[in-house]
Amino acid sequence: MSQHDQKIDKELFRIVGVQNEEAEKLSNKSVSFWKEVFLRFSQNKLAIIGLIVLMAVILMAIFVPVFSQYNYREQLGVYNAAPSLSHWFGTDDLGRDVFVRVWEGARISLFIGITAAVIDLIIGVLWGSISGLAGGRVDNIMMRIADVLTAVPYLLVVIVLLVVLQPGLVPMIIALSITGWINMARIVRGEVLSIKNQEYVLAARTLGANTKHLIIRHLIPNALGAILVTMTLTVPSAIFTESFLSYLGLGVPAPTASWGTMASEGNNAITNAPWRLLFPALFISLTIFAFNAVGDGLRDALDPKLRK
Amino acid sequence: MAKKLVEIKNLKQYFGSPSNPIKAVDGISFDIYEGETLGLVGESGCGKSTTGRSIIRLYDITGGEVLFNGENVHDKKSGKDLKKFNREMQMIFQDPYASLNPRMTAGEIIAEGFIIHGLYKNKKERQEKITSLLEAVGLNKEHANRYAHEFSGGQRQRIGIARALSLDPSFIIADEPISALDVSIQAQVVNLLKQIQKDRGLTYLFIAHDLSMVKYISDRIAVMYSGKIVEVGPADDIYNSPVHPYTKSLLSAIPLPDPISETKRTRIPYTHEEQDETASFHPVNDKHFVYGTEKSFQKWMNNTSI
Repeated sequence: MSQHDQKIDKELFRIVGVQNEEAEKLSNKSVSFWKEVFLRFSQNKLAIIGLIVLMAVILMAIFVPVFSQYNYREQLGVYNAAPSLSHWFGTDDLGRDVFVRVWEGARISLFIGITAAVIDLIIGVLWGSISGLAGGRVDNIMMRIADVLTAVPYLLVVIVLLVVLQPGLVPMIIALSITGWINMARIVRGEVLSIKNQEYVLAARTLGANTKHLIIRHLIPNALGAILVTMTLTVPSAIFTESFLSYLGLGVPAPTASWGTMASEGNNAITNAPWRLLFPALFISLTIFAFNAVGDGLRDALDPKLRK
Repeated sequence: MAKKLVEIKNLKQYFGSPSNPIKAVDGISFDIYEGETLGLVGESGCGKSTTGRSIIRLYDITGGEVLFNGENVHDKKSGKDLKKFNREMQMIFQDPYASLNPRMTAGEIIAEGFIIHGLYKNKKERQEKITSLLEAVGLNKEHANRYAHEFSGGQRQRIGIARALSLDPSFIIADEPISALDVSIQAQVVNLLKQIQKDRGLTYLFIAHDLSMVKYISDRIAVMYSGKIVEVGPADDIYNSPVHPYTKSLLSAIPLPDPISETKRTRIPYTHEEQDETASFHPVNDKHFVYGTEKSFQKWMNNTSI
């Protein structure tokens, strides 16, 4: 009798281990997507340091100008004084306390950065998602408009705009937003294009879902990660552009303090009062670093596959 | 003979520019009878999945018509009619990893249809319905709060099946539901599909490229090649006495699980024969049809021993 003709009796077998119902059991604790992102994020040391720095900068910007004994425009009669116990970061050429001015400047810089990011978010997400969802000719036209806008020299537009509108907070934000949203729009469009052809979206369509349902239930939750990362990375670039424009003298007018204007004024006194340049420059770098670290950490936490 | 549930008449689905279209589905016609499983087989890229997606309106068809219970599916319809149609016809997708939204729990995925159609608004009632659907596919209540990535491939596919069942459809298109699964899990899912069909009296269009699996589940088989149906008939007829050379070639490619007969198996290569516009369906017997011109049909019949 050849071996594969042999019949094996079922009776000889007995289930010793796992029963059928137990095979379906999930032993791991249930972890939602965002909880997992948080866990991965908290393992990233650099991102956590960035987050702590960021929180510290934001808290200081909120509370220092409120509780300090000095006002940021108050002239104290002590000119170009070196850092001391009474003036932690020294004073400037008009006798104003640099410590208070740095945190007042943080308010302006953060406000500009975050407002610019929010405006980018709104325009970019709308533009990108309409473009990606509509597809075809609409998509083509919308993306070509964005291409044309990026092709115009950015700095030229900003300078012309600031000359026409008089330097100040509002024109600064408009200037930053004119081209800032394009990056966001491109990223959202890319996400929408890939998500809308996923099988779970097709499944929702066969269930009878309308566009609104698809956007709220599928597109936004799945594109949120990319949007969040782009937003965190937009803030530092906006802060940097603001500082840079202020340094060129196109920023907010005196006596308002922003990090850029303070650094610009401090530049003239670099030999006799270096703290006037040092401190704003330090905080510009620190804040930009912190935002970038948090953004990178978020990106790695959201998509571990991207990590190199 | 059973009632025709779905009739596909001269369905055409072209992609790309109208001047030089890619003819994914090029004028196919077949019927699906109530309560049966029609297996649709063919090589990769022959238009099987496109056919399924065109039938369920995921694509706007280029030509032809799809009748469901005598009603044209692709006619412009009001939202209400469309929703009624959505509840009758559902789909199971190929990739269990891509077909579940990673941000939703199994319960939310299954309840999606309820939200869209405004069913079971009472929270407790909805929960009960979700539980009963999970149990129908061999999962249980505790799985409702789990996210898709926590499940195995087979479990995910069963969640996909539960979602397709959530609106109590009468017709399900299964688009290669097992090709992304391990062989051991394939049997489990196919048996589950058979069990559900028996319990609920469903009709299936089962799309696959694995002929032995298709033979196991299907009552009738349609063989598709290059956007056209070349042979359609009862599963046994197609399997035991194929007429079209493409079907013969396809069948000869199935590996045999027995080493001795496997060494004797020879593959029959298929050389494409261009069919002119006189090509049509020729009956081999009252249920078995082959597509081709009169001349090639005669030639094929002479090469076939029935």
